[in-house]
Amino acid sequence: MTVTLDAKIPAGPLADKWDNFKADEKLVNPANKRKFKILIVGTGLAGASAAATLAELGYQVEAFTFHDSPRRAHSIAAQGGINAAKNYKGDGDSIHRLFYDTIKGGDFRAREANVHRLAQVSVDIIDQMVAQGVPFAREYGGLLDNRSFGGAQVSRTFYARGQTGQQLLLGAYQQMARQVGLGNVKLWNRTELVDIVVVDGRCAGIVTRDLLTGEVRSHSGHAVVLCTGGYGNAFFLSTNAMACNTSAIWRAHRRGAYFANPCYTQIHPTCIPQSDEFQSKLTLMSESLRNDGRVWVPKNADDHRPPHQIPEDERDYYLERLYPSFGNLAPRDISSRAAKRAVDSGRGVGPLKNGVYLDFSDAIGRLGKAVVEERYGNLFEMYERITGENPYDVPMRIYPASHYTMGGLWVDYELMTTIPGLYAAGEANFSDHGANRLGASALMQGLSDGYFVLPYTISNYLAPWLNKPIPDTSHPEFAKVEAEARDRFRQYLSVGGTRSPDWFHRELGKIIWDYCGMERSREGLEKALGEIPALYAEFQKDLRVTGDAESVNQTLEKAGRVDDFFQLGMVMCQDALVREESCGGHFRVEHQTEEGEALRNDDEFAHVTAWEWSGDPTRPIEHREQLEYEVVKFQTRSYK
Amino acid sequence: MTTTLTNLTLKIWRQDGPGDAGRFETYQIPEISDEASFLEMLDVLNERLIGEGTEPVTFDHDCREGICGTCSLMIDGQAHGPQRGTATCQLHMRKFQSGDTIVIEPWRASAFPIIKDLMVDRSAFDRIVEAGGYISADTGGAPDANLIPIPKPVADAAMDAAACIGCGACVAACPNGAANLFTAAKVTHLNLLPQGQAERFKRVEAMVETMDEYFGSCTNHGECEAACPKEISIDVIALMNADYRKAKFKNRKALSRI
Repeated sequence: MTVTLDAKIPAGPLADKWDNFKADEKLVNPANKRKFKILIVGTGLAGASAAATLAELGYQVEAFTFHDSPRRAHSIAAQGGINAAKNYKGDGDSIHRLFYDTIKGGDFRAREANVHRLAQVSVDIIDQMVAQGVPFAREYGGLLDNRSFGGAQVSRTFYARGQTGQQLLLGAYQQMARQVGLGNVKLWNRTELVDIVVVDGRCAGIVTRDLLTGEVRSHSGHAVVLCTGGYGNAFFLSTNAMACNTSAIWRAHRRGAYFANPCYTQIHPTCIPQSDEFQSKLTLMSESLRNDGRVWVPKNADDHRPPHQIPEDERDYYLERLYPSFGNLAPRDISSRAAKRAVDSGRGVGPLKNGVYLDFSDAIGRLGKAVVEERYGNLFEMYERITGENPYDVPMRIYPASHYTMGGLWVDYELMTTIPGLYAAGEANFSDHGANRLGASALMQGLSDGYFVLPYTISNYLAPWLNKPIPDTSHPEFAKVEAEARDRFRQYLSVGGTRSPDWFHRELGKIIWDYCGMERSREGLEKALGEIPALYAEFQKDLRVTGDAESVNQTLEKAGRVDDFFQLGMVMCQDALVREESCGGHFRVEHQTEEGEALRNDDEFAHVTAWEWSGDPTRPIEHREQLEYEVVKFQTRSYK
Repeated sequence: MTTTLTNLTLKIWRQDGPGDAGRFETYQIPEISDEASFLEMLDVLNERLIGEGTEPVTFDHDCREGICGTCSLMIDGQAHGPQRGTATCQLHMRKFQSGDTIVIEPWRASAFPIIKDLMVDRSAFDRIVEAGGYISADTGGAPDANLIPIPKPVADAAMDAAACIGCGACVAACPNGAANLFTAAKVTHLNLLPQGQAERFKRVEAMVETMDEYFGSCTNHGECEAACPKEISIDVIALMNADYRKAKFKNRKALSRI
């Protein structure tokens, strides 16, 4: 079963590894860079920053997005902020502390060397984004402001109101747009990746589908970078945007890229609870709200009084009670499970009793409404638009929802997948967050990969290919892959069943949420592994896709994405099944302490599970990368 | 608390492709919860149309949180519908009443050609940004972020302008089909900041002139501000016009030597 994967971690003490890599890597001289073409798929933080930087360096870059504009990528929806070890507050932060917090937050399941590099370059990201004009929040003296976030005891989070992701993405988008204007980046919008082409064991290019004309087309390049985000929409209901999907990384997986830790999914504790059966997505309320909001439920399950009539001593501020030192800022996985338990115990609030309160009345009393409005005004407005309730007067109702996926394509230290020449960056890879991601670290990782890691590591791969011929799109493998893609889309159209792709997606999402969501058990996972293939068989027999493949057809696009979610869902459940421990976002009911906290098994599971495609999604092949901790010592995560 | 709206009539613009003449088609929504978002109501309609074997209504949408700017729609003649400061994706059915007839059209502007049904092509916005909507700062070599103190009011004003989501409601609402609010929001964001000064006049000139290639001219109707889901103030247009005038009158070569 086990091939030990080599992450190619550089030699030397942890703090020197990145410098050692840079000292030893192969370079491409400036005049030769234009001889290399790099294809970048996805234009979120990782994709846009990589495209801009590689083009500035002189490479030929082509960037692909399925959106109408690169500025729409889902990075834009991140609200709270971006971490960096600047220690501007003088409160004891350092590169080592950010590194340690990230490893601990990830429940000791991330790779030390990658995380340390992430903490090192975090400081450069802030400098770069400020130079580009990102309007981060400032103090009256004109210096940058910081706030604190879950899982940390220092204030290291930089933010731009509740729209940090938007401002960072627009910064990276503008930097890439500059290169488009200069002719250094060729932009393909409304163009979706449908497959990866591998020739002689290395990635030779991609096949795309034009979403306006249906044209299936090949693109060859020296290297391909997938920056296509996470797979949280496997749950159907999630905070991800509607079009977020797993197809690019899944198609790469089917061509030989190993998929690592698919069961590590993050359920975000502060989302607006589901209100109805036809709900299309869930909306996140930034975790930053937990800085000032207090989470509670009534002590008594039968308490139907409106919140303001429930006296203090009949409320259970359960996070403050259970985790006194972190309180309402306990990490996401811990807060989410605590909310689930409160609701499962019958003490949920709201018309469907499916939420918990996030109450700002103390903060408004202490700070005044104006300060609360300054900090969270746009979030409060958003809440009111969606629920029709005013959170200045009535506590918010929140409940956990799928938000982020720590798993993704397995990559080595250089961000290369198991297919030479194919890279994965940002949420699409698995590398930095272990079993749980800390708040404000996704933006940091996307920009770190795109700005400060890939531009260094990619030359190490490219340099030996200088002046050597690479397969172009006339190679028969491109024609073969194109034909397979055309057949697949024709197949969806020809089923002629009765159910829409959305219907299947919703049913699939329910199974994955119920059995591979916040809590997993052997029994449930085995049940899911029976139900998903059965539903998948029905999908192949009873799917209905209207329209044709030669013009805009959103139903057809959706069918392809749902197909891939089915296959991924089976591997997610198998990954959750073989990981006989609880860690971070992966909570197995069989493995918990007497107090109901996650019980890790470091002796047997301090490894990455990376799955190889076997041709049958019910029988993936398991590989492992052992995680070696040289600096950090395992300890039980405690936020008490 | 949840109530159910009944007997809604939708008149939706259907157009098979850029060359098709297009027409309104009428659909009935017998009942829908007032907790549903406007786009979820269209999802319900589309699910029904697919079940009947007819093509669903094509419309652009993505984040459904009012931040990505993908969604559009003229709803009863108003860009993003009746709720001020709200993108279509965050409009909820509680803003409507049982028995209402709702007219749904795509953005109306010649610079945004219709692709299909309610989907339009807004790539002219990207061309404006590519012309100068950035600060030229290559990756690496940036000074420490706190070396450039920015007074809070300046940072706040830049952020107000930077909040633009690029949805195109300003253009759709404008009787002239002008993109001045969109362009000026980006010009203002960058031209207010110390980092943006080096390219201030080159930027405004390039962006305004690219904008003029695609869009109509501004005559200060103010419809854009009223339609903007981020409530960006029309004041940004004044700043852009002032900077453009300066850029045109000043000898920029001489200025760059100062």
